[in-house]
Amino acid sequence: MNLAPMKNFLNWFESRLHLAELITPSATHSVPTSAKWWYVFGSMTLTLFILQITTGICLSLAYVPSGSQAWESLMYMNYELYMGWFLRAMHVWGSHLMLTFMTIHMLQVFLYGAFKFPRELTWIVGLGLFLCTLGMAFTGQVLRWDQDAYWGLSVGMAMAGRVPWIGPELVHFVLGGAVIGSEALSRFFALHVFVLPGALFGLIGLHLLLVIKCGINETPTPGYHVNKKTYFETYEREVKKRGMPFFPNAAARDMIAVSITLFLVILFAALFGPSGPTGMPDPTLIDTAPEPDFWFMSIFAVLALLPPYMETFLIIGFPVLAAAVLILLPFISGRGEKHWKRRPFSVLVIIFLMLTLGSLTYLAYIAPWSPVMNAWSGIPTPVSYVQNRTPLQLQGAMVIQNKQCRNCHALQGRGGHRGPELDDVATRMNNDQLIRQVIQGGGNMPAYGKHLSPETVTAVVSFLETMHPEWEPAAGFSMTPRETQDPVPPIF
Amino acid sequence: MAENFEYKEAPDLAMLGEGPEPEPPRRTFLFWLGAAMNAAVGVLIALPILGYLFSSWKGTGWQKWTSIGETDAFPKGQTRLATYVNPFRTPWDGYTADTPCWVRRLDDGSFTVFAINCAHLGCPVRWFPESQLFMCPCHGGVYYADGTHAAGPPPRGLYKYEYRIVGSKLEVKAGRLPTLQQSV
Repeated sequence: MNLAPMKNFLNWFESRLHLAELITPSATHSVPTSAKWWYVFGSMTLTLFILQITTGICLSLAYVPSGSQAWESLMYMNYELYMGWFLRAMHVWGSHLMLTFMTIHMLQVFLYGAFKFPRELTWIVGLGLFLCTLGMAFTGQVLRWDQDAYWGLSVGMAMAGRVPWIGPELVHFVLGGAVIGSEALSRFFALHVFVLPGALFGLIGLHLLLVIKCGINETPTPGYHVNKKTYFETYEREVKKRGMPFFPNAAARDMIAVSITLFLVILFAALFGPSGPTGMPDPTLIDTAPEPDFWFMSIFAVLALLPPYMETFLIIGFPVLAAAVLILLPFISGRGEKHWKRRPFSVLVIIFLMLTLGSLTYLAYIAPWSPVMNAWSGIPTPVSYVQNRTPLQLQGAMVIQNKQCRNCHALQGRGGHRGPELDDVATRMNNDQLIRQVIQGGGNMPAYGKHLSPETVTAVVSFLETMHPEWEPAAGFSMTPRETQDPVPPIF
Repeated sequence: MAENFEYKEAPDLAMLGEGPEPEPPRRTFLFWLGAAMNAAVGVLIALPILGYLFSSWKGTGWQKWTSIGETDAFPKGQTRLATYVNPFRTPWDGYTADTPCWVRRLDDGSFTVFAINCAHLGCPVRWFPESQLFMCPCHGGVYYADGTHAAGPPPRGLYKYEYRIVGSKLEVKAGRLPTLQQSV
């Protein structure tokens, strides 16, 4: 077969574009042969970014960034538009996987010491990419424009409103007004669709340029120390001697990983479908318990658990501090040992971080600090607690139920977990202490003195005094030894 | 070929134009003139853009007396949910223009109007008349009937609207989301 015409055709373009001249050296540049499967996560993230752009453009064909119709347009995509649900599902699962693989990529880079000399800037640009991607996740969650989005934005603005001096101005700038409405949605739309993707394109270009110019990090050998004077020379020599061309050798692994990544998106999208929208963003429907998407659940938990006095400082100060530490990292420890086996402190930090974020995320899903709003009306008092009780004690049991005590106090594990369970409260507090606690509150409990008559308090306390196991007596008066107290009739 | 060679050189020179190199001072002057002109138009473009982007900085301009219903709709001794339409709504705000608030009417006939937003992080608080408490579903903030902090993380009591009675209508100064440094 005569390939000459084809060649001429391509040469016509090449003599004008000089594309091959530009790409070939980058595509075939030598990379360390030690770069194996742990090196595929960057490519996986990049692929997902391209997929997000593709599915995002598709979604923009039907999405209406208007306060009155965004939610409806999403419902239309879910239920009316052919394959609309699947495109939405791919977009949300693409975003979850993008953040997942990006996190793995970042952990690998950290544990392989790849942030050290001479790749400091690659690391810093990578941090920018991570921040922008988190920004995409948050703004995307707002575009869903359902109850979670509305109240999630409300939480975000309450946090922004705490920034010293400029809090209210910041809130009004972000919202494009003074309340959450259409103009806020438009601002988040512009961020999600123009500003952040634009920033991501630029940063990805820089990141890739740096990867090519500074070379791919070699898999570290324990005991090999980075020396700024000799590193470049050694790297060049080693890569020339024992390297392989990026394309096709290293790229082969990337290609396999990329196809698996895309398959995972298709699989999750098909299995689990799109995310929301949940209830319509009508702020007057207040019977809602908003929660953010997975990636922000740990923050949600921290906000419930922090002592109030350090809250504002941590909400605003911690992100700044964390960003500063991460940016300074390659300058603090830019030399020396790269292998994780010789960097116990780094490994400990990672384990600590993962455990912290993991526990906080887990806690955020069970949210033990939130009152269970319908516990008082929806969960019965355990039968065994109302058997063989006096009328006064039964009256107390009714009050416990009717006054929403169970929204915060569980019985036999059911109810809120904001306060302690009441199943054995009588073993912890005596009659006086129970009365005081009900009337004055304290700890984290409201005072009920104003709303309960003395007779009602007596009934409640007489019921609470029965709350102890058969084998353990109720707490006595502090002035007298336990044994001399009249035993409270056993429950069982 | 020889005459071709001569012919070829002449137009190449002509292509770049003839004439002496410009004097260095003149070149410098033109460069700085160009820079200054661009700076000037840059400012002219940036000012309206910044003004546009920050047009939502109105401070107290975001407050307007807004009716939340007939005073008779709120029985004495009770706390009820009321809804008003955001006075600064856009036509395409949809239901997000509707804003809820809690109206408490005391036995003496006076009112307290609370913002729906928890003072901790802005979630919607719910009223429980049986226990006379407001509870927040997000992080467990609890307030007493008069809006003071009862339990949980909120750093202050519920935000209160300014209110007035005009004829038979109850009006509140409404229009902005309350935050810690700026109440409703």
